Amino acid sequence: MIDQMFVIDQSRCIGCEACVQACEECGTHRGQSLIHLEFVDRGATTQTAPMVCMHCEDPTCAEVCPADAIKQNEDGVVQSALKPRCIGCSNCVLACPFGVPKYFALPDQMMKCDMCYDRTSTGLAPMCASVCPSQALWYGTQDEFVATRTGNLLHEFRFGNQLVPTKVATVVDDLLPGPLDVMADAAPAPWQDDPFGLGEEWT
Amino acid sequence: MARPPVSEADLIDRYGPHMNQAPPGGWDAGLVVERQVETHCCFCGQQCGIKLKVADNQVVGFEPWYDFPFNEGKLCPKGVKRYLQGAHPDRLLEPLERDPGSAGGFRPTTWDAALDRTVAEIRRIQDTYGKDSFALLSGVSLTNEKSYLIGKFARLALQTANLDYNGRLCMVSAGAANKKALGMDRAANPWSDIPLADVVFITGANVAECAPITTSYVWRARDRGAKVIVADPRVTPLARTADVFLGLRPGTDSALTGTMLHILIQNDWLDHEFIDAHTLGFDEAAAAVEHMTPSWGADVCGVPEDRILEAARLWGTSATGMLLHARGIEHQSKGVENVLSCINLGLATGKYGKPGCGVTTITGQGNGQGGREQGHKCDQLPGNRDITNPEHREYVASVWGCDVDEIPGKGITAQEIMNAIHDGEIKGLLSICFNPAVSLPDTGHTAEALDRLEFYGVVDFFLSESAHHADVVLPGSLHEEDEGTSTSVEGRTIKINAAVSPPGQARLDWEIFVDLAERLGRGRYFPYRSTREIFDELKVASHGGTADYFGMTWERIEDEHGIFWPCPEPGHPGTPRLYEGGVFAHPDGRARFSAVPFREAAEVVDGEYPLWLTTGRVVSQYLSGTQTRRIGPLVEQYPEPLCEMHPRLAQRLEVDSGDLVRVSSRRGTMVLPARVVESIRPDTVFIPYHWAGTQAANQLTNRALDPVSKIPEYKVSAVRVEKAEGHVEIRDRRVTTLQERAKGEGTSS
Repeated sequence: MIDQMFVIDQSRCIGCEACVQACEECGTHRGQSLIHLEFVDRGATTQTAPMVCMHCEDPTCAEVCPADAIKQNEDGVVQSALKPRCIGCSNCVLACPFGVPKYFALPDQMMKCDMCYDRTSTGLAPMCASVCPSQALWYGTQDEFVATRTGNLLHEFRFGNQLVPTKVATVVDDLLPGPLDVMADAAPAPWQDDPFGLGEEWT
Repeated sequence: MARPPVSEADLIDRYGPHMNQAPPGGWDAGLVVERQVETHCCFCGQQCGIKLKVADNQVVGFEPWYDFPFNEGKLCPKGVKRYLQGAHPDRLLEPLERDPGSAGGFRPTTWDAALDRTVAEIRRIQDTYGKDSFALLSGVSLTNEKSYLIGKFARLALQTANLDYNGRLCMVSAGAANKKALGMDRAANPWSDIPLADVVFITGANVAECAPITTSYVWRARDRGAKVIVADPRVTPLARTADVFLGLRPGTDSALTGTMLHILIQNDWLDHEFIDAHTLGFDEAAAAVEHMTPSWGADVCGVPEDRILEAARLWGTSATGMLLHARGIEHQSKGVENVLSCINLGLATGKYGKPGCGVTTITGQGNGQGGREQGHKCDQLPGNRDITNPEHREYVASVWGCDVDEIPGKGITAQEIMNAIHDGEIKGLLSICFNPAVSLPDTGHTAEALDRLEFYGVVDFFLSESAHHADVVLPGSLHEEDEGTSTSVEGRTIKINAAVSPPGQARLDWEIFVDLAERLGRGRYFPYRSTREIFDELKVASHGGTADYFGMTWERIEDEHGIFWPCPEPGHPGTPRLYEGGVFAHPDGRARFSAVPFREAAEVVDGEYPLWLTTGRVVSQYLSGTQTRRIGPLVEQYPEPLCEMHPRLAQRLEVDSGDLVRVSSRRGTMVLPARVVESIRPDTVFIPYHWAGTQAANQLTNRALDPVSKIPEYKVSAVRVEKAEGHVEIRDRRVTTLQERAKGEGTSS
């Protein structure tokens, strides 16, 4: 049983794409990066958001799979579709609340982040969390997190009416409001509304 | 005759940049990894530890090196893909001679012929025009051993004063300021001090893109409760999360730090005990900022007054603090003054020589710190010694076994060498690890200068844009093909290990220089049979200098994961933090405040050129791109330069994101896509500088130099921006599928 956990703190991401570049070096999907890294809105901000598979307790991708091709192993890691079973219907791609699975016409299979199972099953950290310069992607034990990092770990999301408990945690300031409401607005730092103090200048 | 032999298109067609997309043999080659070599990344001064996987004398991948303490396995995208510079289709495998009749403009030749011709041209030019008419330009991606060797080669084999290096474009402003104020040219702190700071003030440093691993140190400080202040004309990815953001106008850095000093004095946020006991010159520094009131600073810098007050309050009232600066303040015609004004803030508040306290530069180049210490800077000899100091010359002559008069005097600096070539005073040039055609400002001037050389010899592993002008090209070695040491951003000397040997007829750089020295009749000074022998001599040559390596051995460096200099005696533990107890490196032990009056940049905006241009890096490319523009996955990440501009400016210009714009300065014009972003000041545009030819940002930049450090003013120029014909889609989504990649252009695997 793996006692380390994966944590994403999106706010620390610097968008450097070390994770994207390292993901394709993973032994189980060489040459194909499976992590997502997007600018939220490059016009407005340099904020970027990395997304690995959250490894849901009850994975929606597996629940909607008509071919029963998506399996969760004993460590709770949700894996890529089994090649012989996958029919390429992309139900999982459409259904995942986090937008994680990707369908590849070549080799006609859904592939997704498997938390570098070749590494994590032997005690090594996943590639993305190993290289991440800001440690927005983090891998370690609960005790290590508490000892070295601020923020609280949250394992639950609410998408509309769907409550999604996940193996991978995200970091929030305050646990009291409950599951992270992904539709809610984030509060920016005071200067962020007007980084250059422009007011009406240049309009 | 140093004109490019054939058209640029023909040169690129034959010599690249082409892309290496995947490991040797492709992703599914199934190569059995024979060993993993613990070494370091070659891209940037962080010098992250990395393990290179080797199969069949080729580097085929990497593995994080978790045990190396600086980065603990972390890497930026350049580090992840560094291995793809090996086994590259563009790699130079044999010596070349300029030949307009050959495809690609060069014909292969033998080592003997290439070395003989190089030496014959050196002799002819020096006999005709004098010793100093032949110059050598070097670079600080080279190890300490190569830097030492090249410094000695220039002085004793070429016997020219005119040796300089591309560190001139990197941290010379910081070096000069540190020497003047503190008595020594080294970053003051190990990076482990950053997490101990209660306030981290980052000015002129795009940490997230240029020193990505430092981001984690800043966050470790924040996890302890530290506040972060960032001063930059752009909201860089780390600035986005700052507690205080100071979005200042390019070229006003010392006005900002001067105003902060004014506020510290007004509020008595000073460490009087420290100032009295450990410094000189406070009153003069205070007088120089007396008029720099918050409203004056807000007006000059274009930053809200309350934010400057808040930044000064945080810096002045925090018990510990680290100030990190980089090229943003240093790449200016007042780079040294900017750094001195930062140092003033550290001295005024006693933030030196204690855990979590310091003012320090973030070195940009791989061996930026170590390279110049070994004496391949025009005014320095090994150990950071001064080439004009008789005692220093005497000591180095005793190590080299030469007459002291055989060591030439102080030469001119990199840009001045290029100017002298342009003016016809320097007729011959040998360069290694330096791509001035891309990296010097005003590329039109540089190309004209290189064309005028009577002889240009280049040692390189790829045919850089500068080498397009070469008469002879000598194929040298990659970082992973030779061993030695380098000295990182922290002043930590680390061991570089060879993973593979050079392919084809390519040779180790040091062997090439030893051979040239032999042919120049000066072989007696270069009896080396290995890089270890060079290190053993380097240690002795550095002994007694400020950068003292005498107590180091390669074995200790490996066992201890690096040693911080000074390490003057065997068994000495090294010196991670400088100036402990407030003891500075001047003979009287005191640091110097500097009076830093504000002055404008060499070029300011006007009616004709109404916008500021600032230049810099992107995270996926390194310097002039000779290596990183040949690594496919890094090129895909940021394929071409984009001109960042604010929506309010874009609206005035009637430009949308992706529209082509024409950017003009007094030096030149370039056309490139606009990227419309709210993360930059509306009076400023930004262009990254990694590309060549018509894509070079340095077509626009100014050759104005800092009077002391002679660093060019890359960060401040005046430009005009107009809408041009055409539009490209700027893709902000990076993850590509195999199918998309198969359809992609310019890629091969």
